[in-house]
Amino acid sequence: MENLLDGWGITLATFSPLVGAAVMMLIPREREDQHKLIALVTSLWVAFVGVLLLIQFDLDHTDRLQFGVDKVWIDVISSRFSVGIDGMSLPLILLTMLIVPLCIIYSWNHFPDPVNPKAFLILILILETGMIGTFVAQDLVLFFVFFEVVLLPMFFMIAVWGGEDRRYASLKFFLYTLFGSALMLVSFLALFFLTGAETFSIAGLSEAVAAGGVSRTAQLWIFGGMFLGFGIKVPMFPFHTWLPDAHTQAPTVGSVILAAVLLKLGTYGFIRIAIPILPDAAVTWAPWIGLLAVVGIIYGALGCLAQTDVKRLIAFSSVAHMGFVMLGIATLTDFGINAAIMGMVAHGLITGMLFFLAGSMKERYHTLEISRLGGLLVQAPRMGWIFGFCVMASLGLPGLAGFWGEFPAILSAYNPGNGVPVETFRTFMVIAALGTVLAAGYLLWLLQRTAFGSPTEEFADDPNITDTTKHEWISWAPLLALILAIGIYPNLIFRVTDGAVDASLTPCLTVEAGEHAEAMDCDDVYRLDHGDHGEEHGEEHAVAGN
Amino acid sequence: MNTLLTLAASASTAGAGDLALGITEGGHWLLRNVWLIPLLPALSFIGILFFGKRLPRGGSELGIAAVGIAFVLALLTGVAWMDHRDNFHGEEVHAEMVVVDDGYGAHGDDHGTGHGAAHDDAHGHPSLAVHRTATWFQTNGVEFTVGTLADGLAVMMLLVVTLVSLLVHVYSTDYVHGDRRYTHFFAFLSLFSASMLLLVVSENTLQLLCAWELVGVCSFALIGHWWEEKPNSDAALKAFLTNRVGDMGLLVGITVLFFAAGSALPGRFGSFSIAETNALANSGALSHTALVVAATCLMAAVMSKSGQFFLHTWLPDAMAGPTPVSALIHAATMVVAGVFMIARMYGVFFEGFQIGGSSINLMAFIGGLTTIVGACLAFVQRDIKKVLAYSTISQLGYMVMALGVGAWTAAMFHLFTHAFFKACLFLGSGSVSHAVHSFDMKSDMGGLRKDMPHTYRTFMIGTIALAGLPPLAGFWSKDEILVGTGGWGLMGGTGGNGAYTLMLGMGMLTAALTAAYMTRCVYLTFFGEFRGHGQPHESGPRITVPLWILAGLAVVAGFLNLPKGFQMAPGSLQERFGHFVEPVAGYFPTISHGTPSWSLAIVSTLVVIGGIAAAGWYYFVKVEAASKAAGTSLTELPDGPTTKYPLARMGHTLLANRYYLDHLYNGVVADGTKGPLARLAYRINQDVIDRTVDMAGETAVKAGTVVYDKIDQLVVDGVVNASGRGSSGAGEELRKINSGKVQSYAAILFAAATVLAGILIVLV
Repeated sequence: MENLLDGWGITLATFSPLVGAAVMMLIPREREDQHKLIALVTSLWVAFVGVLLLIQFDLDHTDRLQFGVDKVWIDVISSRFSVGIDGMSLPLILLTMLIVPLCIIYSWNHFPDPVNPKAFLILILILETGMIGTFVAQDLVLFFVFFEVVLLPMFFMIAVWGGEDRRYASLKFFLYTLFGSALMLVSFLALFFLTGAETFSIAGLSEAVAAGGVSRTAQLWIFGGMFLGFGIKVPMFPFHTWLPDAHTQAPTVGSVILAAVLLKLGTYGFIRIAIPILPDAAVTWAPWIGLLAVVGIIYGALGCLAQTDVKRLIAFSSVAHMGFVMLGIATLTDFGINAAIMGMVAHGLITGMLFFLAGSMKERYHTLEISRLGGLLVQAPRMGWIFGFCVMASLGLPGLAGFWGEFPAILSAYNPGNGVPVETFRTFMVIAALGTVLAAGYLLWLLQRTAFGSPTEEFADDPNITDTTKHEWISWAPLLALILAIGIYPNLIFRVTDGAVDASLTPCLTVEAGEHAEAMDCDDVYRLDHGDHGEEHGEEHAVAGN
Repeated sequence: MNTLLTLAASASTAGAGDLALGITEGGHWLLRNVWLIPLLPALSFIGILFFGKRLPRGGSELGIAAVGIAFVLALLTGVAWMDHRDNFHGEEVHAEMVVVDDGYGAHGDDHGTGHGAAHDDAHGHPSLAVHRTATWFQTNGVEFTVGTLADGLAVMMLLVVTLVSLLVHVYSTDYVHGDRRYTHFFAFLSLFSASMLLLVVSENTLQLLCAWELVGVCSFALIGHWWEEKPNSDAALKAFLTNRVGDMGLLVGITVLFFAAGSALPGRFGSFSIAETNALANSGALSHTALVVAATCLMAAVMSKSGQFFLHTWLPDAMAGPTPVSALIHAATMVVAGVFMIARMYGVFFEGFQIGGSSINLMAFIGGLTTIVGACLAFVQRDIKKVLAYSTISQLGYMVMALGVGAWTAAMFHLFTHAFFKACLFLGSGSVSHAVHSFDMKSDMGGLRKDMPHTYRTFMIGTIALAGLPPLAGFWSKDEILVGTGGWGLMGGTGGNGAYTLMLGMGMLTAALTAAYMTRCVYLTFFGEFRGHGQPHESGPRITVPLWILAGLAVVAGFLNLPKGFQMAPGSLQERFGHFVEPVAGYFPTISHGTPSWSLAIVSTLVVIGGIAAAGWYYFVKVEAASKAAGTSLTELPDGPTTKYPLARMGHTLLANRYYLDHLYNGVVADGTKGPLARLAYRINQDVIDRTVDMAGETAVKAGTVVYDKIDQLVVDGVVNASGRGSSGAGEELRKINSGKVQSYAAILFAAATVLAGILIVLV
């Protein structure tokens, strides 16, 4: 079992959904129950493999790529099928594996119009492959391919099952993110050619850049390209305008996946690719990333306050929340990036939940216009309480997951990494802290206007408005439990990410040691040892060579 | 990350010192396991949440049992602490620290070595707090802990919280009987008790922050208990948001302290530990700037949580919640969390505000101002709970002022006594409203002393205790605060931490005001003739018994800390509270204690009597006479000062509008943010940022069209042809989708990417 997982675990997890999708394509559209069953079993199987991977994962060496595979793929451009999991990707992979089956369960009895479970579920499964693949890829071309694989199913999901304005929203989503992807690809290619390393492997490129193959100016430009590419996906202010439209128009499950996983592809790109490969450029860019992050925090919050639609409000809140994540990343500290990963997971769980709730509300009220809602707690008390719980989690209440993304990010901004201007970040810290007040404002106002009070006349006697259904409970309970569990014991995430983050930042420190000698007085004792990626690859060859 | 490590590392070469923290890992089992006390109500919360509705008494029995056991445990812990305090001689924990050589160093040495000696004459040998931790999470390779710090302060708070909570639980079974959300009410009472108990035993600031926010949420949920009515949910929101503003300060303050402590501890990234932070602050190892910033930021949190001027406006509104909640959360326990936090982090505040040897500082001034501001507002309220709410603000100001002048023990003692008499008063007001179905003193009360003898008597005891007449509890604690200001130079009594004469004056003024507004409140409620409807009846035993217990405590609690040198009591009974509660340990600063003075006690008593006399003359003589003349029960003189004197009228208008602060916050700040500012941001979003995106798309269409017309038609080239068609489609697609074209977008973008990459490589 152990050996099998080592060589095949990731591949299995990544491509099982595709197999499921292929099987479903062969079955006629009318047999809806079979489609649902296959999709559910496939996603549960993937989750099961995920659990096995988690059990086998060596938590004492989270900085190492585990279950790695490194095989020849597109030899002509030196791109390899190189995958692996370390502490940075594991939480996000597990999040993906959790969200997908929950989405399938949620849509079990209420597929969005036009009802077509076959197509809808096939798209979800393809999405899952793309998302998992992005998180495991250790080769830039592979990463890019998976990154793009995600794009199409989501595009179709919005374009086919979306709201009234779906055409505009889906195309905007597609073109905008594709524009980002293009810049990202430019950066990848430039890296490949400029380093001359004849590899697309992240570790390899990182070493090649560290060895001094690329001029400082080029590094800055390349980082800028990646910044735009990933920043659009996050989305960072001012590249966020596709998000509210996409979210508002997307079907419930689409919104959930978009919020829970897709947005993390951007932030993950920063911490997996941009910063480890180009640590020096990251230091130069950091104040600008930080600036856009805090502007996003305040701006997103103000945007929320102006909204009249529940879903659009939650979408705007993502801009603010991802601002905290980006602030953590911009500090270029272990602390900050740990906070960022925590923030990604927490945002995935919490905002995912909020979109589920918005979807369920829409199903009952047939509108999400805030002024027409009210008294949810009267008509559907359980759902009202769950909504209150998620609102509290979203505004960063200690004891729930959201807090551990926000507070450590604020904390880390007080003392950013080497070469990053301290005063600037302390200013950012105070602005970000102000963001927590605004977050409480818009979320509680939302709660007050929708859940408190008495139902409006329009819906006072509406028999459609029922309390939480069984399917909703099954798909929500794991998320709610995790929000609470991580909130009480944040080590569930920090324990996993810490080592890996530390290792990924090591190049940052090393570069700084040379460049900013006066600011660096680093004792060798404190420079933590990091796992050797190259060595891992050597071992993987042996396993893969069967 | 590295900067810090560097700091710590480089400093450590200068020589590491040994820092006495004043904590120990050993001690009595109960002291090492105080976490059990918050755990009990936490369990009952879960129990009530899941099974409450199915239990015969709707879950209240679970809550009462849990809090009852917690109270017994707290009592036993108290006994264990009294033994530990005097007889424990175990190992003390030390921390490695950096000896900073910058002038503060000398200061640090003084404290570090001479600490125990300075305290010896005051309270005997050092008290070692019992400290237990477990790993909470790890980041940056550093393990963060969660745990308990049990010392006199924590144990005292445990007792107060569990006792008042238990009485409020019992009281509530009658008061909210038949409520639409009875079970839910008790669930949140349990959660609140658990959070508050967790807060008082917190070992580090991060844990404190968590508990701090949790009590805030419970407060939110309980203020908004009847959320069907908009004013209630408005009040709940206001409470939460105002506290959130203060919490900003808490977040920043904790962050500053975390890194400040880290840079003073060799090889450490930072420290949330309360004991370490305080001990470092006392030793002078922390930079003064950091301490000033941190203390000021934390002060913001205190102002919101403990209702200090000018963040106090949420507290009167919070009276929208059920009365037991007002008694427990918004009088006796949660609102003193801010005061408790100052007491807990006293090393930081003492050094940050330079309390010793000064005559004014931010904390003392805000506290002093709050006492007067709150007391003045209490005069113009019709709602009996609002009178008590403003009174609470005023008394909290007293405590903060006491801490600001260095009278730590007096502040804690006032917190202790205030919890009992204010809870008694609030529960009394609840009992009254239970009978008359209203909180309005002017229209629905009056003459209730005959109908409600128990409520009347206990309310009177509470009033006298609050006003501060000897020998009731409030007198002793108030007197100690006035002594502690060190401003009383007359006839021997002096010797505080500084000469805070202004605060003495503020305290005296408030004493008179308090006596006066409580006289008014008592008159309007219990004297004159009944102005309401129906026949009021005395409440049942589940309401009156808690009232009598609290009233009894309001009588006797003051004797726990008889002043030093008080001739009427044996020496062994003097300053018992101070002896057991005030830490003599590394994490606590060296403070001086004022010398009690008969003259001060007599003068302050005369001031109180003066206040009572003035208000009494107005109500009991003039209004009573006017009532008789008019033949109806009046609540004020028809030709009173506000009708006669314009200045008095202006003052009244100012007070009636609560200094216009609510207009500022709601009208200007909140509505301004929600309205114009948010709309502006959104307008920018739609009209500038998003328009840019759309225009970029449209431009691409136009460019594509141009390319198509001029180039594609001229140059017959397969590649250019395909790409041109692709981008010419782009614009139309913004309105009309043709998903089949997606592949061609992909193609053109990939192609463009390659070309751009080529350009980049050539250029740089």
